[in-house]
Amino acid sequence: MTILQENPLQVDTGVETLSMAAALNRALADELAADDGVVVFGADVGALGGVFRITDGLTARFGENRCFDTPVAESAMVGTAVGMAMNGLRPVVEMQFDAFAYPAFEQVVSHVAKMGNRTRGAIRLPMVIRIPYAGGIGGVEHHCDSSEAYYVHTPGLTVVAPATPQDAYSLLREAIRFPDPVIFLEPKKLYWAKGQVDTSSTDEIGKARVIREGTDATLVAYGTSVPIALEAAETAAAEGRSLQVVDVRTLSPYDDATIDAAVRSTGRAVVIAEAPGFASMASEIAARISERCFSWLEAPVRRVTGFDIPYAPPKLEHFYLPDVDRVLDAVDSLNWDN
Amino acid sequence: MSFSQLVPRNAPVQLINADGKANSDDSYATASPAALAEGYRSLVVSRRVNDQCNALARQGRLAVYPSSHGQEACQVAAVSVLDDGDWLFPTYRDSVAVMLRGVAPADALTQMRGDWHCGYDPSEFRVAPQSTPLATQLIHAVGFAHAAVFKGEPTVVMALCGDGATSEGDFHEAMNFAAVFHLPVVFFVQNNRFAISVPFAKQSAAESLAHKAAGYGMPGEQVDGNDLAALLAVLGTAVKRARAGEGPTLVEAHTYRMQAHTNADDDTRYRDSEEVQEWVARDPLARLRKYLRSKNALDDEKETVFAAEAEEIAATLREALNTDIRPDAGELFRHVYATSTPQLDEQWGSLRGELERSEDGAQS
Repeated sequence: MTILQENPLQVDTGVETLSMAAALNRALADELAADDGVVVFGADVGALGGVFRITDGLTARFGENRCFDTPVAESAMVGTAVGMAMNGLRPVVEMQFDAFAYPAFEQVVSHVAKMGNRTRGAIRLPMVIRIPYAGGIGGVEHHCDSSEAYYVHTPGLTVVAPATPQDAYSLLREAIRFPDPVIFLEPKKLYWAKGQVDTSSTDEIGKARVIREGTDATLVAYGTSVPIALEAAETAAAEGRSLQVVDVRTLSPYDDATIDAAVRSTGRAVVIAEAPGFASMASEIAARISERCFSWLEAPVRRVTGFDIPYAPPKLEHFYLPDVDRVLDAVDSLNWDN
Repeated sequence: MSFSQLVPRNAPVQLINADGKANSDDSYATASPAALAEGYRSLVVSRRVNDQCNALARQGRLAVYPSSHGQEACQVAAVSVLDDGDWLFPTYRDSVAVMLRGVAPADALTQMRGDWHCGYDPSEFRVAPQSTPLATQLIHAVGFAHAAVFKGEPTVVMALCGDGATSEGDFHEAMNFAAVFHLPVVFFVQNNRFAISVPFAKQSAAESLAHKAAGYGMPGEQVDGNDLAALLAVLGTAVKRARAGEGPTLVEAHTYRMQAHTNADDDTRYRDSEEVQEWVARDPLARLRKYLRSKNALDDEKETVFAAEAEEIAATLREALNTDIRPDAGELFRHVYATSTPQLDEQWGSLRGELERSEDGAQS
């Protein structure tokens, strides 16, 4: 990821340099301003502005009706959002950390995901569950889980994981406007990385994007693994190998078309994700590529993922996290003698 | 309100006893005999619907039926106290209440019949889908009420659950949120003494669930769940409080599940028939009938009319459920998302191909 210098506000074009945290804050503010039915709530999102300051200043600007603290009970946060969405609001719920969302799991799986189907579309739930996810921040146990597999496995959920401030801004706004519930996974390690954000640009949920062109192999990444993929491609380029990078962006529904086309253009693929690899999003991506692009492949699809262990304590997490070397080792194994 | 005002009475409110005699009460008024006669009419219809549904389940026309036989007064009262614009959040055992809200009986039974999960448009009848996971719907009710207050609408939300559901964490979270945000919700627990096979004594060490209310900072009340007059008075008061902006109330009705959990259950494995007989003596229909007869508000002619009406609804149910339906496999894919996905289109295409090939095979 390119870390840009802070620029002064460029009001005319709507382009500014923002951290991902600031971009998310801006997206919430812009949707609160655009739609009176948007409400933001969770634990510590009011006066404190959220433990990551994503909701900073929203209560002061929009009032306690629009952005408010609730008792610390995640099932009720998500369940009341269901009721609010049934009654015409567009709730945006903050789960403070990935693992703190687990008490809400029954509500997510049994109701959030199923209400539209259950009622033959009579009730759709336009709600967003924001989840700061994944590690790399020196967090203690229960603060660094990559929990995406639980959600992408559940039909009826739309799961988004941005990797840049621009995508964080545009996709969160889209998620709030979306007719169905969205699990919005925010890579907390990237909260403070800056990038240019055009607040006038719109985007579409459900679309992956080729973010670096390359001809020799394709790296498929999302969330926290995107900067690793980009750095690996940069390093490989210096060594004379041209790696293409695809950012999945929306994990479910998954954009087969873009990713298939990318992999077919290079004939080799490495999937990178921080979650344990067994029965994971990375496994699904690898399986889909193998099934749909087999005739184009020069080598088996490789996965670079976390180990199948509980997330590591802060002083050991560097052993756990996929890094550039592991990605390049995987690339090196892609049958280059063929 | 002070803590002492939140605490319910030590005994359930009862306005008409099991012998059909009136009790005087300082706080709660008994509805007029004419109004109670209308309630009795609903009880008669509700009982007939329960028994017809049990029969249809035995015949395989319903996949399953959790009967509210014995709890009809709770079903009728929960709906009677609501305005048209209010919302009901029912459980799987509250099919009768769903019908009393105006949902066509066959549509209310869609889930039990097995041709879809929810067979009615919740917004049309202001009835949420019947919830199968315990207590989860209580939280939806709280969120729904929160949105109503946010929009400045006078909606009151009636949230139903059973005694088993009060052990769930979601029960606690719903009560707490409703109290903290001071929301217009009436939590109505039908304590029917059993969660499938587990008796209430193993569900809670407390004598009364209604007393939990005070711990959340809301008033609670216990009521005889087989006394329609008392239920109407207590629930009516709670609805009035909610509509006046005075916040939520927890009402516990002491009643009894007179039949097995569902047709798939065998209640002789976990309770004595003597216990069931004790509750038959407290039947909600019998006592109200006696009371209304003593007040000259019910005569043979009226009873004949009510019975005929109940038979008509039972016949409608039989006719609707004895008609074979042809399930639409495409519907399995149609409602998962507002806009379908390429993956679901592909999967439905694959299933459709299978179905077309098997039809072709059957024809050749």
